[in-house]
Amino acid sequence: MNMQTAPRHGQTPEVGQPHTRNEEASHDLSIRVRDLSLWYGQSQALKGLDIDIFEKNVTALIGPSGCGKSTFLRCLNRMNDLIPGVRIEGLVEMDGHDVNTARMDEVALRRRVGMVFQKPNPFPKSIYENIAYAPRMHDLVSRKAEQDEVVEKALRDAGLWEEVKDKLHQPGTSLSGGQQQRLCIARAIAVQPDVILMDEPTSALDPISTATIEDLMDKLKQQFTIVTVTHNMQQAARVADYTAFFHLGEIIEYNDTRTMFSNPATKKAEDYITGRYG
Amino acid sequence: MQTNQLLALFSGALLLLGLIAFFLGRAKAARVRASGTAMYAQPDQYAWFAVLATAGPAVAVSLIGAFAMLLMGAEIPTPYLLAGSLVVAAVGLMVGMNRVHPDFHARQAIERVIRWILIGAALISIFTTFGILFSIVFEALRFFQMHSFWDFITGTVWNPGASFLAAAGRADEGGSAALFGSVPLFAGTFMITAIAMLVAIPIGLLAAIYMAEFAPKRVRTLAKPTLEVLAGIPTVVYGFFAAITVAPIIVNVANALGLDASFNNAVAPGVVMGIMIIPFISSLSDDVINSVPDSMRQGSLALGMTKGETIRDVVIPAALPGIISASLLAVSRALGETMIVVMAAGMRPNLTANPLEDMTTVTVRIVAALTGDLEFESAETLSAFALGLVLFGVTLSLNLVSVLMIRRFREKYRVNNL
Amino acid sequence: MSQSFDDISAQLKSRHRKSARLKWISMGALGMAGLFLVLFFADMLSKGLPAFQQAYVQVELDYNEDATRMGRAAMDPEVSRIVSRSFERLIPGMLRDDPDLLGTREQRWVLANSEVDQYLKGHRNKLSEAEREVVDELAESGQVTLKFNTTFFSRGDSKMAESSGILAAAVGTVMTMLVTLAIAFPIGVMTAVYLEEFAPDNRLTQIIEININNLAAIPSILFGLLGLAIFINFFGVPRSSPLVGGMTLALMTLPVIIIATRTALRSVPDSIRHAAFGVGCSRWQVVRDHVLPLAMPGIMTGSIIGLAQAMGETAPLIIVGMVAFIPDVSASFTQAATVLPAQIFTWAGEPDRAFVEKTAGGILVLLSILIFLNATAVVLRKKFERRW
Repeated sequence: MNMQTAPRHGQTPEVGQPHTRNEEASHDLSIRVRDLSLWYGQSQALKGLDIDIFEKNVTALIGPSGCGKSTFLRCLNRMNDLIPGVRIEGLVEMDGHDVNTARMDEVALRRRVGMVFQKPNPFPKSIYENIAYAPRMHDLVSRKAEQDEVVEKALRDAGLWEEVKDKLHQPGTSLSGGQQQRLCIARAIAVQPDVILMDEPTSALDPISTATIEDLMDKLKQQFTIVTVTHNMQQAARVADYTAFFHLGEIIEYNDTRTMFSNPATKKAEDYITGRYG
Repeated sequence: MQTNQLLALFSGALLLLGLIAFFLGRAKAARVRASGTAMYAQPDQYAWFAVLATAGPAVAVSLIGAFAMLLMGAEIPTPYLLAGSLVVAAVGLMVGMNRVHPDFHARQAIERVIRWILIGAALISIFTTFGILFSIVFEALRFFQMHSFWDFITGTVWNPGASFLAAAGRADEGGSAALFGSVPLFAGTFMITAIAMLVAIPIGLLAAIYMAEFAPKRVRTLAKPTLEVLAGIPTVVYGFFAAITVAPIIVNVANALGLDASFNNAVAPGVVMGIMIIPFISSLSDDVINSVPDSMRQGSLALGMTKGETIRDVVIPAALPGIISASLLAVSRALGETMIVVMAAGMRPNLTANPLEDMTTVTVRIVAALTGDLEFESAETLSAFALGLVLFGVTLSLNLVSVLMIRRFREKYRVNNL
Repeated sequence: MSQSFDDISAQLKSRHRKSARLKWISMGALGMAGLFLVLFFADMLSKGLPAFQQAYVQVELDYNEDATRMGRAAMDPEVSRIVSRSFERLIPGMLRDDPDLLGTREQRWVLANSEVDQYLKGHRNKLSEAEREVVDELAESGQVTLKFNTTFFSRGDSKMAESSGILAAAVGTVMTMLVTLAIAFPIGVMTAVYLEEFAPDNRLTQIIEININNLAAIPSILFGLLGLAIFINFFGVPRSSPLVGGMTLALMTLPVIIIATRTALRSVPDSIRHAAFGVGCSRWQVVRDHVLPLAMPGIMTGSIIGLAQAMGETAPLIIVGMVAFIPDVSASFTQAATVLPAQIFTWAGEPDRAFVEKTAGGILVLLSILIFLNATAVVLRKKFERRW
């Protein structure tokens, strides 16, 4: 670490731990990441990351474009497997399992680590089917009544039920952008994952839909661990318990959100947060 | 022979006039320019304009004359017509030369003429469609004057045998009356098309799924053109293959199973036609599956679906309009396919549900009616056009529906390469 | 609340199996299509390759008086039974042309008849026991043998399998294709240039576009009906001629060329047009001097592919009468002719088994030409492929 990025206050925290603790948040470990590196062919996109992600928290990943935050997010449910030429080293541990081993079934992992994407991507099915599909495939429901229940609960949790309850059998694509994104969130929570990854979930939405989804994240963290990538600093400040600042494939600072935005430990993070670059 | 020589003479004279126009025009323009006057265009452009002014009207006059002779039966002796055209060319030459003038926009004039020539070329494709339509409709109408449309559509016996007697004015001499009930022909056509689709759609679609979703890139770049070889083999070759190789195999297999099969069974042409059609389905389906946005796949995989489930439940439903559209095109192709059935299917109109029997198709009867030394006026010959009319209508509607479906798909996913 | 990885993995087992099954089945489908292709070519090669060899027999010819009337008399009666009748028929003519031959003798390799040919190739044949003995004897002394079949490439159709060839049909194909290209290429390119570079986006343009797409999907036999009703019956173009065949095929090839040319024109970037307009070129000059030359490789590729398609087309040509029996090479665009696929069709209908081999041989020649054309198109595309 060079002078600029060295922490300025207090001591260096333990490896992977946030610099300052958020006393209101839970500290049960959900995902442990140690020395995680990733290469796209020859170029290294992630350089030895260490981070502990806590259960039933919102953890925001911020940083300038191309800093590796989305790539890191996709390591957590092995979506990077889909890209040819990707090589990963290091440990991503969840529930006592190293997720990057051949023994770990990536389909099972994704079942427990759900994901919401930048652009809403509802399936070409009805609203009802969009949600019922995965629980049915995963044998989470056996009877029709159970299925209806799951769909209603997921839609209620996603704050969409009132808006769509009369048109459950219309195609998912008939909804507005913000509704589609909430449908995708409902779809993700219907399978009862432990973790939900959100990759800039509001970047394609209008401000009102964005606010709705931010409220939703706040509610959902009672049930789920949420890791979100965002370009929008205010959003991180509003919704996150912890924030990690990424730069050029490294985590420069991992801190309690309030501290991060009021009194960052590193110069780089401060420059980015105050808008000097990025 | 006389006409040919006259035509050669005419072309030669016209070419000569054109050359004269070019060089005179250029010389005059160059002279004007040399005298220091600013002109709107280059000397070459004036020269070309002079050529167009010379040749254009002359060719137009001779063509109009030719059409007048053909269409209205006007009696214009060819030598007079050609001579007249040459006179027009000479007049055109003089007008063109006159226009070589500093104030004349030769370039724009040429541009206008070229635009009209290009429009004319573009209209030829429209004329072709209308040509097909009219040629079929007129002859079909003549057929329907002899035999009722209703009998044609609903009749179950196709027996044109005696119609040549009727054409020769000896209708009462034949044993039985000619019957034109097209149901057995359409039944045969649909049977063979159905067999072809049973082969082509599963294999083509699954091959497309493999190429688009599973295959390594190298396999895909190799497999797609290889499959398309199947579509490039001439249909007459497939016909030979079906008749000589496949049909005996089918008969042997059927016999081994204790069934009776004709050598002109419907299975052999059906299967071979299906093989031919595989690349139509696989290529288009592959394109369509590839243009299903990746975000759909990721959305499904992120829910913990396996790759197979993602393909079956998300990708294929999304690609369905395109796949249906490809299948409709394939059906239209199979309905109109001629050589395979002419060579491998039967000649006997046979209304049966057993694909191992011989049966005939619409296209086979069209060919049968139009080959050999038949009187063009006979009902049998004209029946080919009635069958052609139905074929035209069915394939045209299938194509249109298919185009609309693919357009819907394209708008939905905003892809432009389909 | 949530299941452990082990529980989920256990539940996933059968789902993974299903997924793998889809992969194997779809791979199998592709493999099956490939297998069809291999089987097809293997079948054609095994049936067609023997056609390039033909049985010849060495005979002692005795040009006597009788032979001027009946060629058979010049040969030993035993041997004459296995010699092709097409040769016997030539002898009187030979003697008439060259009277000096009369009374001389010579040894000569001549065509054997097709039964001998089939016998030597181990196929079914109608030779009698005695004839087989003669052939076996002659074969042993090297007087009957299989040689490269020059007849196949130097003659036209014949009623006798051993003396029939593809030359007349090949020449007919070349002439027909010349007519097709001469019509379809300029009109196709002009149409595409109009639609891409000149046409305003109006109703007429849309109609033309829809119409072209439709034309590409109309069954080929209907083009034959057009050729028959309009070109032959209305305009009086001679039936069976390369002219009418070429005109009919030209209309079929038109959409292929138009679509290919439009794609090629579209791939020329607008920056080039803008640059040319910027130096004061008119629209036509831009197209002629800048866009068309750059699009030419694409246009050529499309035209070659269209030509290959037209070359294999049979159905419309049957309707316009190009299935005539053509023993001699035709010299004019207005005389009756036949083309390779039509020749294949005619031979496929011959009852004589020796013709099966000829048919497959003709198919091999046709396929070779088509493969060559398509390979040329691919090479052309690869060579001139340019990314802007």
